[in-house]
Amino acid sequence: MLKNRQDLIEARNQAKLAMEQEKFRILICAGTGCLAGGSAKIYDKMCRLVKDAGLDVHVEFGAGVAHGENGECPSEVANAGGVKKSGCHGFCEMGPLVRIEPYNFLYIKVKEEDCEEIFNTTILKGEPVERLLYEMDGVKYKAQEEIPFYAKQTRLVLKNCGHIDSEHMNEYLAIGGYSALEKALFDMKPEDVVNEILESNLRGRGGGGFQTGYKWKQVARQPEKIRYVVCNGDEGDPGAFMDRSIMEGDPHKMIEGMIIAGYAVGAQEGYIYVRAEYPLAISRLKLAIAQAEEAGLLGDDILGTGYSFRLHINRGAGAFVCGEGSALTASIEGERGMPRTKPPRTVEQGLFAKPTVLNNVETYANVPMIISNGAEWYKGIGTEGSPGTKAFAVTGSINNTGLIEVPMGTTLREIVYEIGGGIKNGKEFKAVQIGGPSGGCLIGTHLDVALDFDSLKKMGAMIGSGGLVIMDEDTCMVEVARFFMNFTQNESCGKCIPCREGTKRMLEILEDIVAGRGTLEQLDILQELGEAITDTALCGLGKSAALPVLSTLKLFRDEYEEHVVDKKCRTGNCQALRTYKIDPEKCKGCSKCARNCPVGAISGEIRSPYTIDASKCIKCGACQSDCPFGAINVE
Amino acid sequence: MLEQSYYDKADEIIARYGTEPRWLIPIIQDVQTEYRYLPPELLTYIAGKLNITEAKAYSVATFYENFSFEKKGKYVIKVCDGTACHVRKSTTILDRLYKELNLKKGQHTTEDMLFTVETVSCLGACGLAPVLTVNDEVHAAMTPEKVTALIQELRGEN
Repeated sequence: MLKNRQDLIEARNQAKLAMEQEKFRILICAGTGCLAGGSAKIYDKMCRLVKDAGLDVHVEFGAGVAHGENGECPSEVANAGGVKKSGCHGFCEMGPLVRIEPYNFLYIKVKEEDCEEIFNTTILKGEPVERLLYEMDGVKYKAQEEIPFYAKQTRLVLKNCGHIDSEHMNEYLAIGGYSALEKALFDMKPEDVVNEILESNLRGRGGGGFQTGYKWKQVARQPEKIRYVVCNGDEGDPGAFMDRSIMEGDPHKMIEGMIIAGYAVGAQEGYIYVRAEYPLAISRLKLAIAQAEEAGLLGDDILGTGYSFRLHINRGAGAFVCGEGSALTASIEGERGMPRTKPPRTVEQGLFAKPTVLNNVETYANVPMIISNGAEWYKGIGTEGSPGTKAFAVTGSINNTGLIEVPMGTTLREIVYEIGGGIKNGKEFKAVQIGGPSGGCLIGTHLDVALDFDSLKKMGAMIGSGGLVIMDEDTCMVEVARFFMNFTQNESCGKCIPCREGTKRMLEILEDIVAGRGTLEQLDILQELGEAITDTALCGLGKSAALPVLSTLKLFRDEYEEHVVDKKCRTGNCQALRTYKIDPEKCKGCSKCARNCPVGAISGEIRSPYTIDASKCIKCGACQSDCPFGAINVE
Repeated sequence: MLEQSYYDKADEIIARYGTEPRWLIPIIQDVQTEYRYLPPELLTYIAGKLNITEAKAYSVATFYENFSFEKKGKYVIKVCDGTACHVRKSTTILDRLYKELNLKKGQHTTEDMLFTVETVSCLGACGLAPVLTVNDEVHAAMTPEKVTALIQELRGEN
């Protein structure tokens, strides 16, 4: 139990010393990605090798599995220096990943059978295993930091993810953890903390980009003395997983940010709302909270200052709308998660109708470094209007899928081509969807625009939580718009009519268009409906529900018109607009397709080419997927 | 009427939290974790204990996607249809599952109670798209062929 400032400093020094004494650290990523690739087996194998050799080596296992579940390393190994687990490295495409310190070698696509070679070559001799290194354009990269994917990034929020054991608080202490809290509690008054955050111009990473310090200031000056700090970990945007990685890989950073927020606004209780689809994040957070409580960093009279703060976790139950502030607080209160009309705003009457600070995971994770380094330092990163960095989940048709962090103001070109390594399979870049169901699309002409909150808004998109889905020439933009509208429609809570009915009508029109039943008038109605919903919906989610459609309608109107007028989908994605043809050169006349066809549209004679009757064909694709000769094509 | 053990379990779970209405969601979440579905009788029972109307409890339970009043199969297969998976053709994965399991549109559980198929909007494993989970175990980079093999393997275990 840490009773005062000196105790905390002492604990940090000890943890640091313990870390420095480790000769090697083997960090095995066990994020969801690497785990599915078999990193648990690699961990077990490494433990065995280390144990058998009786070496003083550290094996860390990344965010993915709680220690107990996957078997802890034998205690004799743990005592000899420890075998541990670490957090997600972010380079998910290349997993499973193994990092070895002090060399900083990063091995990619590691298999269980590679472990012995890694052990013999790197651990015993200090040399790299060449064949497991990342290679690009003929260059092999030994050190993780040199790989273009990492070299072009500025990892501040994600700095510790993959480098420390997220299940041991000592690791966080060893790298200076809770020193920002110490500074806030002992050297600053609550209003100083608020002013520092206000001065830093930190903007909410959850989507809107609202000034965090301004929220805090408003809560701090409410006459009501019972106040709450709430963390939005309901990362519901499909294609986004940065908050999950922080919660799993560096939970103490976020918790430290929340305690500082609590101190700044005079709150004694905090709630973390995590979506149920992230069971590991929940267990990691629970563990971290228990550790902080045990150490006296959470609870009554923190470090003898007289300040008390407690944290609770609430699991989401599968409602996207709970990412909206008032819906989220309603859900914590045990109600249906539906937004309410504002004002009063959350800062005045939020959780249990008390003044509430509500920020997302990434925002809180920014707080400790701002307090430690000062607002001026923070403003030196990123752009003038949007300081700091932003984490993005880069997915879709891109070579280096993963989690990245770059300064605000980085261009899309740098993200897609330099960090992302370009489009998968050498295809043509078509668009990037940013911000999920509340966001819009960016195209080739936007590649060189500096991305920040304001520039994106101008382009009809928004940063959202930071999901970037890259689309190539094979992606049908009308289908993508339908996909998002289907999502929003499913998730609409039904409280306000514009969103409940409007999204339904928009979805119907989009379904007509992809089925070849669309008309040009419908395109105009789509536009009108979209604008009406944006203007009149109750909550932020409703207001942005039409954005994916409006954005594609503006940028890809020709594709919409092709679907409507020519009844054609250039990508072949829209099933109803396909024409199946049998290539007479390749067809061997085996009759398999004719037997598979559910409507009897295929006929012919055995051992001579078959034909499809287009008037009967329902375009189900059953013939194509089972053709042993690949003779059936889509036109 | 359920067996008495169900009500005892509910009491045990309620005791973990308390009887304030705000605990409704965590309580029914734990009940569902226990039985892998939410027995409607227990929802009524819990509503009584928390002193809220049955209608209120029902409105909350039906609002959230995660609660199910129906029993699920031994293997719950969740197919991710998030953006990244969708762009990497998750629809073909779902189609193949339905075909392999002989499920009709709108039907989620096979008659032998072995499989339940659901879609989820994002599992946050976008780097491995398209993905599905079988009882929370992640299967990465799925193809229709891998789906067929997976179902055969799971059937073989029974």
